[in-house]
Formats: sequence, structure tokens, C-alpha cells
Amino acid sequence: MSAPTYDLGKLHGGMRLPANKLASTHDPIRKMPLPAQLILPIAQHVGDPALPIVAIGEQVLKGQLIAEPGGKLSAPVHASSSGTIVAIEPWPVSRRYGDKAPCIVIDCDGEDRAIASVTDQPAWESLSANELLARILQGGIVGLGGAVFPTAQKLMQALSCELKYLILNGVECEPYISCDDMLMREYSAEVLGGARILMHALGLDLCYVVVESDKPQALRRLGEQLALLGDARIVLKQVPTIYPSGGEDQLVQLVTNLEVPSGGLPTDVGCLVQNVGTAAAIYDWIVQGKPLLSRITTVTGDGVVHPMNVEARIGTLVADIVRFAGGYTEHARQLIIGGPMTGKAMSTDLVPLVKASNCVLVLSATPSIGAKSPCIRCGDCAAVCPVQLLPQQLYRYSCADDEKKLRLHGLTDCIECGCCDLVCPSHIPLTAEFRVAKARIREQADEKARAERARFRFEARNQRMETEQRAREQQLAQQRDTARQAGPAEIAAILQRKQQQQDGD
Amino acid sequence: MTVEFTRSEAPYLTPSVNVADMMLQVLLALVPAILAHMWYFGPGILFNLVVAAIFCVAGEAFMMRARGRDPMLALSDYSALVTAALLAFALPSLTPWWVTATGALFGVVVAKHLYGGIGFNVFNPAMAGYVVILVAFPMQMNLWVAPSMGDIDYIRPSLAQTLVYTLTGNLPEALSFDAVSRATPLDAMQSGLRNLQTYAEIRANPMMGDFGGRGWEWIGNFVAIGGCWLLLRKIIRWQIPTGVFLGLLVPAGILYFADPSTHASPGFHLFSGATILCAFFIATDPVSAATSPKGRFIYGLGIGLLIFVIRRWGAYADGVAFAVLLMNMATPAIDYLTRPHIVGHARKQNTP
Repeated sequence: MSAPTYDLGKLHGGMRLPANKLASTHDPIRKMPLPAQLILPIAQHVGDPALPIVAIGEQVLKGQLIAEPGGKLSAPVHASSSGTIVAIEPWPVSRRYGDKAPCIVIDCDGEDRAIASVTDQPAWESLSANELLARILQGGIVGLGGAVFPTAQKLMQALSCELKYLILNGVECEPYISCDDMLMREYSAEVLGGARILMHALGLDLCYVVVESDKPQALRRLGEQLALLGDARIVLKQVPTIYPSGGEDQLVQLVTNLEVPSGGLPTDVGCLVQNVGTAAAIYDWIVQGKPLLSRITTVTGDGVVHPMNVEARIGTLVADIVRFAGGYTEHARQLIIGGPMTGKAMSTDLVPLVKASNCVLVLSATPSIGAKSPCIRCGDCAAVCPVQLLPQQLYRYSCADDEKKLRLHGLTDCIECGCCDLVCPSHIPLTAEFRVAKARIREQADEKARAERARFRFEARNQRMETEQRAREQQLAQQRDTARQAGPAEIAAILQRKQQQQDGD
Repeated sequence: MTVEFTRSEAPYLTPSVNVADMMLQVLLALVPAILAHMWYFGPGILFNLVVAAIFCVAGEAFMMRARGRDPMLALSDYSALVTAALLAFALPSLTPWWVTATGALFGVVVAKHLYGGIGFNVFNPAMAGYVVILVAFPMQMNLWVAPSMGDIDYIRPSLAQTLVYTLTGNLPEALSFDAVSRATPLDAMQSGLRNLQTYAEIRANPMMGDFGGRGWEWIGNFVAIGGCWLLLRKIIRWQIPTGVFLGLLVPAGILYFADPSTHASPGFHLFSGATILCAFFIATDPVSAATSPKGRFIYGLGIGLLIFVIRRWGAYADGVAFAVLLMNMATPAIDYLTRPHIVGHARKQNTP
């Protein structure tokens, strides 16, 4: 088997957090039975929502396209099982913390009949980059690490850059989440297969598969699979278990020692990062013709009876998934979709599982830690900030609403990883504070842009009126000049014209 | 079963540290030094501590009430006690209570709460209070009991006598101040050098120890033990102590090696006065210090340098309080100029 390599760049700060992953990695991934109903949000990705192309009452098959990409940056939605479209209506979604957004509701017929797949596809090795990208777009594949950026568009953008590495992100640094770990253990062939397809599409000769050191079994399985594959272009890399090394920019820095420019993308430094789950989804779609209809999600936390990883259809209600995992314990107070550092707390468990949902975390009530007290500027937050910001200064300027200083101190570079919150002795919710400050700055920028446009219009109007005024004055002056230079004959003619006008009135 | 879910913002993990714990650890770290101080200078520091604590806490409670807030909010973080402890350390072991009280009240009421309370004070409260009494009560602040080194003719005020002095400002007839008080080693060094004595001559005085003054240097060691523990616990970080030591010892070393007869050695500077206490406990007050890592080093460096300048050419034998207050004023500028490189931004040398 191939041994992982260790030579790494440096990442500033970060934290060693209690992993809490063992509870959900005891058992293999459990396949969840088909639910009676599937709720499919039309916006499961970054960008424009997909546009439904089915009517209520229509019968659909598993894998059938039910909403097509709704804009330049968008992804399609497929029916995750066969059944009848019963509604297209607003439904609570995790993206909006349990508030409603448009969804397509399918009553499953339980037969799970798949749409006839195109079987005579040529092997992916013979497809061009453009053909592969078009296929990936059709598969509805989006980044499964949580950002859900449409993969085809990400690859399209990457093709226009000078790339050096493909990086597969198997770091999964947030506590509790273990779906990528389990995926790498059980589907290592798919992950590496996806890596090869991506390398082929991008014309790359080097792929790092990066895994955190707390996943020895995943590393071993990948190593064995890699040895079977005998592909020397794929290198397994082990990184220390430090949160947030799985952030895209942080991972690039860790692997290549290059900093992704502020406001830029990893492709600016020659890297394309894909989650291991995305790679496996690409393999499933391109090689096996299975579009992205299900995903592995971790159901865990002290609010769940049997923490585990389940493979569930996209559109399954989170309430059903928790029930499948034994239901809630009596401690269950918080339902979080995503991890404990960056996830979103839901108001209801009637939200469907979407492509982004890597974890269903049910926690007991947060222990009371007392009210926040004033910042004592201890600087512990600056010590853990992976972007090397000074959160204590940002907080001070955020309280003062000093936009200029906030920009100077890099507020927009904050990745909202939450590390500063966890070390703050004054218990200040810094990340939440910065989210608000960012929104405020965006608003102010919009306001400024609007004011700028209004000013521009106003000035243009003034100028126009000035020009017209000047033209009118010039005309009058000219008329006066002609009148002054006019001889008796012309005067008579003018007088006659006036007379005629008066007669006409 | 339906479950009611509470909705809050990420992250959902909670911090395991709090300000009160940090302050308590600072107090704990001072215990060895307090014991050492009592060994060499008698129980005076205990009375100073009690008086300072009473007035710091009372001052804080009064100001919180005056500002319309719950006094417990401020008192429960123990920062007033840290101020009291640092002030008590700065005082001679024999100090009348009203002197201590003046310093404590000025530090907490004016320097801390008039600026907005913890987190907003520009100046280190303990040092601000100390400077006020240094200027207002110069006589009392210069009466230092000689450290006990097991000398036969050594006279030390007893516990009762210390208490009486603290309460009344008078010593019994038999114990005149001339009998118990001595110039501090820093005083002796400063005036000796000014009277054109050589460093070696001054060092010949039996009050001088191996490096600093006898007794003083050992208290310094115990302060350093507490300081190192705070470093290990990451309550303080290395930048400020290192800066203070380098800022003081490098110029002292250069001058000493250039002319050892007219300059005190770096060892003397390190183990005299409040150098070590300043480096680990006073300059490291996070609120009034610079806050960026590089800024903290520069802040410490400035304090060390100012201590050296004041000791060598200034009007005061030790310069810690003035050095700290002067650098407090410089922190906004230091923080502005020492912003760390933000990941993803152009490095400074790359920009014109």
C-alpha cells in the first residue's frame, strides 16, 4: 500500500478540538429505507435556484430531471425516487434555518423505478474536458463538503487557470462529522476513481488526497486502494488534526504553503480543491450512471439515541433520519445541520436532507457560561485565528461601527470558523458579531453604490440642463445679433411674420 | 415526539476559559513572591494587600453603582484584586493605610472606571495609583525596611508594630526609622554613581547580593517562578516579558561592557527593583498593553528601555511605573503600526 506523505506548509493558529467522532464510526454506513415522501428544495446549491419542469400530478422516475439549472451558476435537481409530484410549495429548509423556501414534493410509490440510463456512453477516458463538464453539470453534482458550489462551473473556471494540483479534501476537521471518513473507508475506489476523472478533465498530473491524522482507517483503505490502482500521480497526504485545516484556503496553504489571495480562489495559486464526497459522486455519475440522489450524512450528538452514518435519499426529512437513528434522547435541545463550529441551528426537524447536509447534529442545551463581559484584549483570539486577523481589534471597531478600520483589519477575510469564540475568556460571540458587521458593510457598500448612481444621474441631468440652457442662450443671442444687423427690409419681414401669427391666434 | 429546538448562532461549542479564572491564576502566581517578600521584609505586605484590596473592591463597587450597573458584574472577575496585589507589591512594606488607600482609589476610580471600566482603561490602574502616591507621599514611599538576611544587629518591626504603623503612621520610640530603614539598592546605586563612586565600590556595600540587592534578588526569583507558570498556562505570552528584559538588559549590557566602573551591570538591573515583576505581571496587563503579537514585543521593549533610561538618568531610582504608563500611551500607535500580515494579502515588502 502507498504510505501517506507529511511535508506540509504552515497554517497559523487553529485549535485542537475534542473530536467526538467515535460514536458515529462504530458501525458501517447504514442505508436508510425509502421514505414515503421526498421534499426537494430547488435551491440546494450556490447560485440561482433550479427551475421546476414538472407539473403537479406528474409521475416521475428515480433519476428523472425535475428542475433544470436556472441561470449561469446553477445546478439541476433530480427525483431521488419514483412517485407522483404532489406539490411545489414553500417548505422549511436547512439553508434558511428552518424557514420556508420553494420545494418539489414527491409522494413515493415505493417501487423506486429508475429512469432508463444511457448505457452506451463512451468510457470517460475518451471524453474531452468539455464533454465531461457537460455530463457533470447534468448529474446535478455540487460540492459536497458543505459549500455546494456547482461542480461543473467550478471546473469550468479552473480550466481557464494555470493549474498545478488537484487537491481532494478528506480532512473533515469539524468535530462530530464523520461522513467523509466513512466514505473514504467504504468507497475508497470511488473516491480515487473520481480523482482520476477530475485529473483527466483538467489535464493534471498531480493529485493530493489529504486526510487528517485522526482517520487512520480511511488512510489505510485509501493506501491499499491506491496500491491496487498503481497510479503514481495520486499522492496520499496526512495532515495533523487541527481545526480548521479543512477550509479550502487553509488546506491549500497547508498542502502547498501558498496563500490564496484575499478575495481570490485556490485556482489563483494553481490548485483546485474538491471534497472526497464530490469526487465519489462524480465517479458514480460518470462511470456508473448514478446521478447525485443520495448522500452519506452523520447523525450524531448527545441528543441522538444511536449515533451513526446513514446513506439517505436527498429529500428525506431530517425527522425521519433521526427516527432511523433511534430517535431523540431526552437531552435533545438543539438541532444543527452541519458541524458544531459552522453549522446552522434549525427551528424544526421537518427540513429535508439536501446535498449540503453532511451532518445532523442534535445537542443538549448549551451550558450556561454567563453573560459576555468586556473584551480584555488578551489576544487569545488572535493566537488561534487561521487567517491571522486580530479579532480583538475587529470587535472594537465593529462596536464603534468604524468601517474603514474594519476593512483595514481584514474583516472581509474572516472565514467565520468560530475559533475566536471558543477561546474568548469574556465569552463574546465574536463570529456572530463579525457576520453582522460584514452584512452591515455590504449594506453600506450597496447604499454607497446606490448613492453614487443617484449622484451620477443627478449630475448628468444638471449637465444636460446646463447644455440645453447654453444652447438656448446661444440661439437667442444669435437671433438678437441677426435682428441688430438686420436692414429695413428684414425688419419689415419680421414684423409681417409677427402680424400674421397674431392674426392666426 | 416533537422536540422544541432552540436557535442560536454558530459555534455551538462553548469556551472553557473565563476572565475570573485568568485573574485568579495571576493572583495564585503571586503567592510564592508574597511569601518571599514576607520572609525578607516582614508581614508589612500582608497589611498593604488587605488595605489595597479593601479600597480597590470598595472603589470598584462604588463606581459600578455610580455608573448604574451591578457591582457584582465587575467584582466577580477579580481584576480589582489583581490591581490591589500589584499595588501592594510596589509599596514599601511599611506604608500607612491612607497612602495605600489613595493609590488604590485613584487606580480603580480614576484610571479604571472613569475610562469605562475593565477593557477600556488606557493606563495600568495599579501603576497609575502608584505614581500618584509616589508623587503625593514621597517621604513615606522612600522608607524601605532593610531586608532580613540573618544579620545579628538586624532590627525588624514585629507584626504588632507593623500593624500599628500601618494604622497610625508612627513607629514606637525604640524603633526609629533610622534604625530600621535603608536605602534600596537601586537608590544606593543611583546616588553612588552620581557621587562618582565606582560600580565596584557601591557593590562592596553589604546590602548588595550576588546580582541585585540581598533579599531583593530572591524575591525576584520567586516572582519569576510565578511568571513562568503563567507563561506555561498561556495566561501571558512571551512577547512582553522578553521585550522588557531585552529593552532593559541590552542597553545596560552595552554600557556596562563599555565602562564597567560607571554603569551598573545587566544582572544588577535584572534583579533590582521591580524589573521581574514588571516583565511578568505589570507590563502584561492585557487591557493597557499593545495587543498585536509584534506590537507586544515592541511595547515590552519600550518599557525596558524606559526603565533603563529613568534608572540611569532620571529622578527616580526605579522607573517601572513611569515606563509602563508612558508605553500605555503609545499602545494605539503601536497596534496600528504592527498589524500582522493577513493571510492572502500581499506581503508588506512586496508593496511599494
